[in-house]
Amino acid sequence: MHSIGYRANALVTFALTILAVMCVIVSVSDWFNHPSPTSQVEVVNINWFSKNPDGDDEVSLTMYITANLQSLFTWNTKQVFVFVAAEYGTRKNALNQVSLWDGIIPSKEKANFNIHVHNKYRFVDQGSNLRGKDFNLTLHWHVMPKVGKMFADKIVMPGYRLPEAYR
Amino acid sequence: MGWIGEQIDSIKSLQFRQILTQAVSLGMIVTSALIIWKALMCFTGSESPVVVVLSGSMEPGFKRGDILFLHMSDDPIRAGEIVVFNVDGREIPIVHRVIKVHEQKDTGEVDVLTKGDNNYGDDRLLYAHGQLWLHRHHIMGRAVGFLPYVGWVTIIMTEKPIIKYVLIGILGLLVITSKE
Repeated sequence: MHSIGYRANALVTFALTILAVMCVIVSVSDWFNHPSPTSQVEVVNINWFSKNPDGDDEVSLTMYITANLQSLFTWNTKQVFVFVAAEYGTRKNALNQVSLWDGIIPSKEKANFNIHVHNKYRFVDQGSNLRGKDFNLTLHWHVMPKVGKMFADKIVMPGYRLPEAYR
Repeated sequence: MGWIGEQIDSIKSLQFRQILTQAVSLGMIVTSALIIWKALMCFTGSESPVVVVLSGSMEPGFKRGDILFLHMSDDPIRAGEIVVFNVDGREIPIVHRVIKVHEQKDTGEVDVLTKGDNNYGDDRLLYAHGQLWLHRHHIMGRAVGFLPYVGWVTIIMTEKPIIKYVLIGILGLLVITSKE
């Protein structure tokens, strides 16, 4: 009844139960954080804009990204993954999302930043639809917790337009 | 003689009942584990509701040995989501982030490109030869929850099978020899 085995079993079970309950509580506490991040993205320059030999349009651009994501951080946040994607529709595709730049923010101190970047990933269309194209730039974030549920949301910034001609 | 025979019979019946009880309790443990797993499959809609991260390609977000909870719904795949996908000709599923999405208007069919956060380039090198995009049927689920370290149990057991057999042996012995 009170052998070593039973006591060890009871102790381990109790410890694991407490640990699991604590993990759940920590994860639930994230729901009480209502973040209000801000961001602005400016397209500084269209570096070049052309049609690839296979017929797809490709553009290279330089962006100036300003963002304050500090309110996303809670005690349960391991890191925030942030990326800027160009989003637009074409005749063939209802939605195209092309990630242009991304980064990992490890701490709250580094979550208020501005950065001057070229597109890190190729901005290639499926087809030749980019001339004079209106598109949105969307700043997405993905909160990766120490334990529990992951959160993601975005800020959509409309009103960008690509040039009418290749350059 | 009649008295000894009775005693033997009672011992025999006792052992039989005890063995039966233990077999039943062992069966209960196995079936309840199975029930939990199948119930998770139903709730999450994914054929494997829990996966263990095996590589460091998503570090520092996910490390080797972390556990991810998956969910599969009919919602469209969008950029930024972390998906688990199978590539033709590869047995082990991969957990990476979606960086490009092209969704066709007529068919609703999606072309998806993924990349590991810690990898330098995108995943086209990992896909089957000549494959440029992932499609809906490659994707098993998207990661929604995270639990660190717990997956090391399965990693250790698959890489050192002897530990698995020893553990199963000890547990089996405990169940059989326990008197309650």
